[in-house]
Amino acid sequence: MLTAIMAIGTIAAGFGLLLGYASVRLQPGSDPAVERIDALLPQTQCAQCGYPGCRPYAEAIARGEADINQCPPGGEATVRALADLLDREPKPLNADYGEAKEQATVAWIDEDRCIGCTLCIQACPVDAIIGAPRQMHTVVEDLCTGCDLCVEPCPVDCIHMRPVATTTRNWQWPRPSNTPDHAA
Amino acid sequence: MSGSASLFGFPGGVRLPTHKAASTGDPIGALPLPPELVVPLTQHGGDPARAVVSAGDTVGRGECIGRAPGEFSAAVHAPTSGTVVAVEDRPVAHPSGLTEPCVVIATDGLDRRSPEAPEPLHDWAQRAPAELRRRIEAAGVVGLGGAAFPTAVKLTPRPGADVELLIINAIECEPWITCDDVLLREHAGAVLTGIRIMRHILGAQEVVIALEETKREAADALHEALAGAEDEGIRVVPVPVRYPAGGEKQLVQSLTGREVPTDGLPLDIGVLCHNAGTAAAVHDAVCLGEPLTERIVTVAGTGVGAPRNLRVRLGTPVSALVEAAGGYRGRTSRLIVGGPMMGHALEHDRVPVTKGCNCFLVGEEYSFPAPEPALPCIRCGDCADACPVSLQPQQLYWHARARDTEALAETGLFDCIECGACAYVCPSHLPLVGYYRSAKAEIRAAEQQQRFAEQARQRYEFRQARLERERREQAERRRRKKEALQTDAGADERGDRKAEIQAAIARARKRKRGGDD
Repeated sequence: MLTAIMAIGTIAAGFGLLLGYASVRLQPGSDPAVERIDALLPQTQCAQCGYPGCRPYAEAIARGEADINQCPPGGEATVRALADLLDREPKPLNADYGEAKEQATVAWIDEDRCIGCTLCIQACPVDAIIGAPRQMHTVVEDLCTGCDLCVEPCPVDCIHMRPVATTTRNWQWPRPSNTPDHAA
Repeated sequence: MSGSASLFGFPGGVRLPTHKAASTGDPIGALPLPPELVVPLTQHGGDPARAVVSAGDTVGRGECIGRAPGEFSAAVHAPTSGTVVAVEDRPVAHPSGLTEPCVVIATDGLDRRSPEAPEPLHDWAQRAPAELRRRIEAAGVVGLGGAAFPTAVKLTPRPGADVELLIINAIECEPWITCDDVLLREHAGAVLTGIRIMRHILGAQEVVIALEETKREAADALHEALAGAEDEGIRVVPVPVRYPAGGEKQLVQSLTGREVPTDGLPLDIGVLCHNAGTAAAVHDAVCLGEPLTERIVTVAGTGVGAPRNLRVRLGTPVSALVEAAGGYRGRTSRLIVGGPMMGHALEHDRVPVTKGCNCFLVGEEYSFPAPEPALPCIRCGDCADACPVSLQPQQLYWHARARDTEALAETGLFDCIECGACAYVCPSHLPLVGYYRSAKAEIRAAEQQQRFAEQARQRYEFRQARLERERREQAERRRRKKEALQTDAGADERGDRKAEIQAAIARARKRKRGGDD
């Protein structure tokens, strides 16, 4: 009897220590729900949702604070994906937060007019603008998410959002146009 | 040994009317140098070459005008001598009809060889493979079968991968195309030397030259060129005429009985394929010191007066080729680059010939009618019988229409070689390949988008962390300053400053008094 109690007690103590150690040393970095929501957001970091970036918005959704239809760059596709993940009814994009862009855009700085004030550099959420005080700035087009956040702070209005040009390298085969109508 | 070695074949496929005789009657024709050549900087799979000439420069034949920026690219050379007029965007033979950067050369008619062009290497057999590879790379040689993959890259198997079998693909399974056929008939010796150079580089034990069993003249020319050397392990293997017998994976399966794995290369099973035209280009680059600046192109179809093959300088406008092949005939309805199965339509003929252009097909409206209206799928299963990769095209069609990415991946969308056999046999005239192409493009775009989002997320998080660190550092600096003001050391310092100021005032007064005196 005593042996059994001691044996089970020892095992229990052992596992207790192990679990205690694990909970301290192997702490999950962050909330997995937030991670999964964040993974579905377009990472434009445009803050149109009312939160200062995609991750804060993901955290707000996880807390139940924000709705799933506040992300204009993600559009209906993101709403559907979020609804799927969270097992909710999809709903149309909330127009209060802006509308989805027809075409992807990137920022472009009119370098002749740039006075080198660095305000756009401070506004860019992904460090896609390079330059130094009183030196001309430029946008690294490949890194620009098209969030529009640099346009507003520019004191000389030299930043314009331009549609991403279609070239032979990013052109895609379109869907066939002569499609029969029939139920699948 | 030659002749009918036992073949394993491949599943599916279709028999197509070949229309080959139309363009093989005449020998390869030459084309007068056009007044202007438009040489695109992207004529290959991979990154665009970077222009190293600008308007006003004089260039000689074989001079490098576009340098490869990395490994997965190919250099571009001046096809003849002349003056660079511009480096600008011009329309190219791309399904989008868009423009690409091109070097425009006004030719001087002298065809003067550039002193920069490399010297011929006749003793290639004594040279190290690496040196020959460099020479082929510098000559801008790419696969001439259509995909235009840089040849030097393909001749550099990854470490540990042995090439047991080198397959020279001389099968033109698409109707109308005959440029490899006439190349072998007239230049079998050059092709064979190119093959020996490639074999020397790769150390391949066995070489198979595969061609259709109907290409008798070409096979005879090869046997004659081989004369007595056949025991060195180079075989000529005729294969039955069936589309797409010349597809790389189908040919490997036919000859070896082994399938190339999904997402894999023939190299994974010890096989490497090169096109016969590529072998000739390797010969020219090594034995003649001529970079790749011309190729043989078939101009055929019912819409040209005299279908034939032409030796063409790269950058020549397609209109000049059509003219040399007897001009347009009848009510021309379509101009296609490539074959009728896998080629794509061009909007106009003011685009230049590039390394990958094997054929221009001109159709008049009776033999090349507009596609018939598509009807609903009747689930007949003919497409599945025709598929050379044993896919279920009708399933792919449903999934592509529904944009069901997961189901498409499971059904093997990315194993599809877009040969068009399924669409050819479809009694409902469904544009099946169109669906597969657009579905592949959509999935690749979504993956690209996902990678971009991941990068943006990392950059955003890094920036947040940096801002946070800067805030902390600033707060720390402020705190230290505040502390410094409060400590004794700070008080002493303040006292010192006061004393200094008092001393300065005193000195000033003294001076003032002195001045008054």
